[in-house]
Amino acid sequence: MSTPFYVSPQQAMADRAEYARKGIARGRSLVVMQYADGIVFVGENPSRALHKFSEIYDRIGFAAAGKYNEYENLRIGGVRYADLRGYTYDRDDVTARGLANVYAQTLGTIFSSAAEKPYEVELVVAEVGETPEGDQIYRLPHDGSIVDEHGSVAVGGNAEQISTFLDQRHRDGMSLAEALKLAVQALSRDTNGGEREIPAERLEVAVLDRTRPQKRKFKRIVGGQLSRLLAANGAATEAESAEDPDEVSGSEKE
Amino acid sequence: MDFLSDHQPELLPGKRTLPPVQGVIEAPHGTTIVAVTFPGGVVLAGDRRATMGNVIAQRDIEKVFPADEYSAVGIAGTAGLAVEMVKLFQLELEHFEKVEGAQLSLEGKANRLSTMIRSNLGMAMQGLAVVPLFAGYDLDRDKGRIFSYDVTGGRSEEHNFAATGSGSVFARGAMKKLFRDDLTEEEAATLVVQALYDAADDDSATGGPDVARRIYPIITVITDDGFRRLTEQEASELSRAVLQRRLEEPDGPRAALL
Repeated sequence: MSTPFYVSPQQAMADRAEYARKGIARGRSLVVMQYADGIVFVGENPSRALHKFSEIYDRIGFAAAGKYNEYENLRIGGVRYADLRGYTYDRDDVTARGLANVYAQTLGTIFSSAAEKPYEVELVVAEVGETPEGDQIYRLPHDGSIVDEHGSVAVGGNAEQISTFLDQRHRDGMSLAEALKLAVQALSRDTNGGEREIPAERLEVAVLDRTRPQKRKFKRIVGGQLSRLLAANGAATEAESAEDPDEVSGSEKE
Repeated sequence: MDFLSDHQPELLPGKRTLPPVQGVIEAPHGTTIVAVTFPGGVVLAGDRRATMGNVIAQRDIEKVFPADEYSAVGIAGTAGLAVEMVKLFQLELEHFEKVEGAQLSLEGKANRLSTMIRSNLGMAMQGLAVVPLFAGYDLDRDKGRIFSYDVTGGRSEEHNFAATGSGSVFARGAMKKLFRDDLTEEEAATLVVQALYDAADDDSATGGPDVARRIYPIITVITDDGFRRLTEQEASELSRAVLQRRLEEPDGPRAALL
């Protein structure tokens, strides 16, 4: 019988963190960013059916990088939490802060429990406010900590590099087309500084639009509307961010 | 409802144990709901009265609710239970949509509501029945559809028009004489106002348009653009137009004899 080696708790945690980080780094990056009328989610996603972004509740959206089955599990958990809260109390009582706390607890417990492997996911929970000042963006790394972000945030493979790029260029009050353009630019940059083209059909884009008349502010931007936004440049596109009549409410129309 | 029964089963309306009661429980009841289809959609409307025995419990109750983007429920019966049932129904549709990434089919929604009504059967036997009318736009078939229910959850699809609640007999009679296949959205909305007027005319539990207090029926329209509730301004214009005509002809428009 072999004698088990002593592994210090520091070392054990460092190993687990390393494992999770590597898993997340294998996935493609995504960007969550504030713009004048809300919050936009942009990511590269070749799949039309497996989403990285999702509606959680009226004003709350979810984005995740990493392992699909793990974040899908967390996403459904979040939808349940939000719907149960909203039903038991009131729709206004469902907040991104509350949800981020639940996620942090879950991820933290899984990360430090020796029985389970840590989740290889990094989440973003965002809530759109009545005004840009009321917007909230929380980033939840694999270990269960919460980071309160402002302006823009990137998670996934190239997160650090993209974040730096975005921090330098993002400004308040961008139009949707401008924000989208900046996000795509950031995502297109390689690790070694080169650029590659991401075609529109490989982009997954969603917004939490505070100007939507419906209660549910989450909307996917697909097809024609997406190409129009990508083609548009700068200030001439204010109107684009307004409601598009052929898009349906918060429904995820496939 | 599945997840609610897993997590908080005591919140489900059907799961409550009832104390023994003597006689009938007095609770506000909602009265008349009417629906009519037109090419391109469906109109669902309800009067604003809630009664408790022979007393008017509320003059401006709202009994027609959006269930989701493409459907709506109008409720007749015990108001408290009905409103809660609708809340749960809305929650379920939204929950399904978010988890699955697609909406339930209109049939699916109608069936779900049927199960919820059946789970209320115990209450219904004690006089606390909930009998809704469900209307929606079927995106697969491109038309408006109406479903009616009985207290046991029995579901039946209605063609052209339907009514439920205490004034439904009179409303149905009115709609039968006024309905045509080629109604426009506005004509359909006028038709339901006429039907509700006739219901209020003959049924004491149904409220007519209250011009003094500016309380008009709730009229909702569901088309392929989704759910829309007519604004108070629109509802008031329709009601006033009907009222104006009725000053000359109190019994409303006459149908041809043969």
